[in-house]
Amino acid sequence: MTVQDATAGAAPATHRKGKPALSEGKKAERRLGLWLCAPAFLVMIAVTGYPIGYSIWLSLQRYDLRFPAQHEFIGFANYAAVLTNSYWWTAFGTTMFLTVVSVVIEFVLGMALALIMHRTLVGRGLVRTVALIPYGIVTVVAAFSWYFAWTPKTGYLADMLASGAAPLTDQWPSLFIIVAAEVWKTTPFMALLLMAGLALVPEDLLKAAAMDGATAWQRFTRVMLPVMKPAILVALLFRTLDAFRIFDNIYVLTNGAQDTGSVSMQTYDNLVKGLNLGIGSTMAVLIFLTVAIIAFLFIKVFGTAAPGSDDGGKR
Amino acid sequence: MGKYRSGRSPARAMAGLGAALVASGLIAGCGSSSGLKINVYYSPEDHFQSVVDNCNKAAGGQYQIVYNKLQRGSDDQRIQLARRLAAGDDSMDVLGLDVTWVPEFAQAGWIDEWTGADQAAASAGVLAGPLKTATYQGKLYAAPKNTNVQLLWYDDRITPRPPKTWAEMMRISQQLKGEHKPYSIVFTGAQYEGLVVVYNTLVESLGGHILSDDGKSVVMDEGAVQALQLLKQVTSSGITDPSLTNQKEDDVRRSFQRGDAAFELNWPFVYASYAEERPQDLAHFKWAVYPEAKPGAPAKTTIGGYDLAVSSLSKHKPEAYAAALCLRSAENQKYSAINDGVPPTIESVYHDDRPLDPGKPASADNPNMAVKYPMRETILDALRTAALRPLSPAYQNASTVMSKVLSPPSEIDPRATADKLREQLDDALQSKGVIP
Repeated sequence: MTVQDATAGAAPATHRKGKPALSEGKKAERRLGLWLCAPAFLVMIAVTGYPIGYSIWLSLQRYDLRFPAQHEFIGFANYAAVLTNSYWWTAFGTTMFLTVVSVVIEFVLGMALALIMHRTLVGRGLVRTVALIPYGIVTVVAAFSWYFAWTPKTGYLADMLASGAAPLTDQWPSLFIIVAAEVWKTTPFMALLLMAGLALVPEDLLKAAAMDGATAWQRFTRVMLPVMKPAILVALLFRTLDAFRIFDNIYVLTNGAQDTGSVSMQTYDNLVKGLNLGIGSTMAVLIFLTVAIIAFLFIKVFGTAAPGSDDGGKR
Repeated sequence: MGKYRSGRSPARAMAGLGAALVASGLIAGCGSSSGLKINVYYSPEDHFQSVVDNCNKAAGGQYQIVYNKLQRGSDDQRIQLARRLAAGDDSMDVLGLDVTWVPEFAQAGWIDEWTGADQAAASAGVLAGPLKTATYQGKLYAAPKNTNVQLLWYDDRITPRPPKTWAEMMRISQQLKGEHKPYSIVFTGAQYEGLVVVYNTLVESLGGHILSDDGKSVVMDEGAVQALQLLKQVTSSGITDPSLTNQKEDDVRRSFQRGDAAFELNWPFVYASYAEERPQDLAHFKWAVYPEAKPGAPAKTTIGGYDLAVSSLSKHKPEAYAAALCLRSAENQKYSAINDGVPPTIESVYHDDRPLDPGKPASADNPNMAVKYPMRETILDALRTAALRPLSPAYQNASTVMSKVLSPPSEIDPRATADKLREQLDDALQSKGVIP
């Protein structure tokens, strides 16, 4: 989805640049290409476009499964109800906080891990495999082990704290435990994506910089980071969008108590538990819009480094 | 050659299996003349399949009940049932409903009213409280299968005499704390239905009301405010478990079983677990009726349990009613009580002293209610004064709002919290606005 957005956003730009008139053969070729793409395009519309369209349609109605008689079209009243509700904004703030903090920590740790794995001389395959283990564990299973570890009397982590402390029953400690669980799980994924970026950095460039007297830090910030820009964009974008939809860790660790719920949990509670299709779909649409905005901002900030654009990575 | 063989033997096995399937189908066909299947969707209960088998035998081939296990969590159960019913799934015949869902399912038109002889059979001899859980707007919508009521559990080595009131319980707890003995009062304090159950019990015990009797408007009277006061007092004076706001039924049970607590407020299932996991201490694991919130007035504990309803989409309604009636017959309720620890809804079962196999004397292998269910009289006492949760089709919303506003209970500000509840419950009842 997001990669496509990126492509869609970047394509016209390249179009405008490469203006020269196409030959007849080229045009025919392009038409054929479009026809060949059409079935895939239609399938995409059916499997992603239809559900999105349907939830937008539902979000404009008062539609509670338990009160079928009161089903009616109400325009944007659901949006007004959600956007003026303090529970929604609390959940939104919590989600934003979790997203930003966990992605920043993951990026720093992931970069460090990637540099280490990139330079590993012995047992490189083993090191990479081991680093990926947390990512391979089912999130809910991992979340349960965090849950028990932080519960007094059953867990070693909670028992290291002052006696009687139950961190999962307070808002801030809970939020940090959720961040820790997220970071623990997805740092390896981040590291892997960044390592792919590191492979793009030519050795010659680094050697040349070293010859010119650049320190290690300068080589990192002036050479490696710019060359890695597309890889960094992909890693951050994927993780940010993933983190924004956080559900399972919170569901297990606190179940949203003490204002630790995310927007996804609130949508689930309203849509699935509350059987309120109108309000629930409204929330789903709002999440969708937020995700689209995040993706858009990323592409803007990183500019032409967007994957899919022709001069990606070049400065 | 080797390849040829190994390719062939599975085929042979498949053929054999196919033949066996056909044969078993034929045999089953012979047994039941119509081959009519009644699908029962009910929560997982260890020995419920035996009950189903009994009923299949009793049906004499008229129909065959199939037990489809729902998920373990009651929220998940409700969601599965509601989703399928809303989508018009007609493959479900008998539905096991938690007592709080009956008004909701009835209002949505997903379950049928019980009338005539079925209604008479479903309500005969049933205790008043459990019967009310199956009733909505004066009509019977389900047959009460099993009920549930919380008791006070304690260890008679720590407290030889159980407290009679909340005030006494808190006093003893403080005293035990001073003596460095297990002192805490454990109950379901997590932000979920369990907390609402505790609050509802306190409100009812203090003579208050959360909603009006028809479930259509918010009351939140003086009793409801006093209950908030009491809940705050208990949870803010350091005599509850540190994990209180994260504890559900099973966490509470484990916390007591580990010996961390002096008093446990929980459903009777804890007895069977205790018997299994700490048999050496079972003799000291005692129970009493729920402590009184208002001294002198018996506590009105909140009723739980399951009711069996017939789906309005079922294609075999007469058989579905018959099957539901059999599954919750007095005999089968006794069986479930003894084997699965779920309290019966039919009063006479509590006084039934015949063992499972009436031909032989009662023993550990052939138990009767007295052997496996020693707390039956206490449960019966509690049921006589028990209270219901508000009977409203929007109960789920109301409950979500209440658990949110009440959590964490130590930060309740009685007046302000009551105002907040009044305002948010009003929206929830009309399924308006956002639930937390």
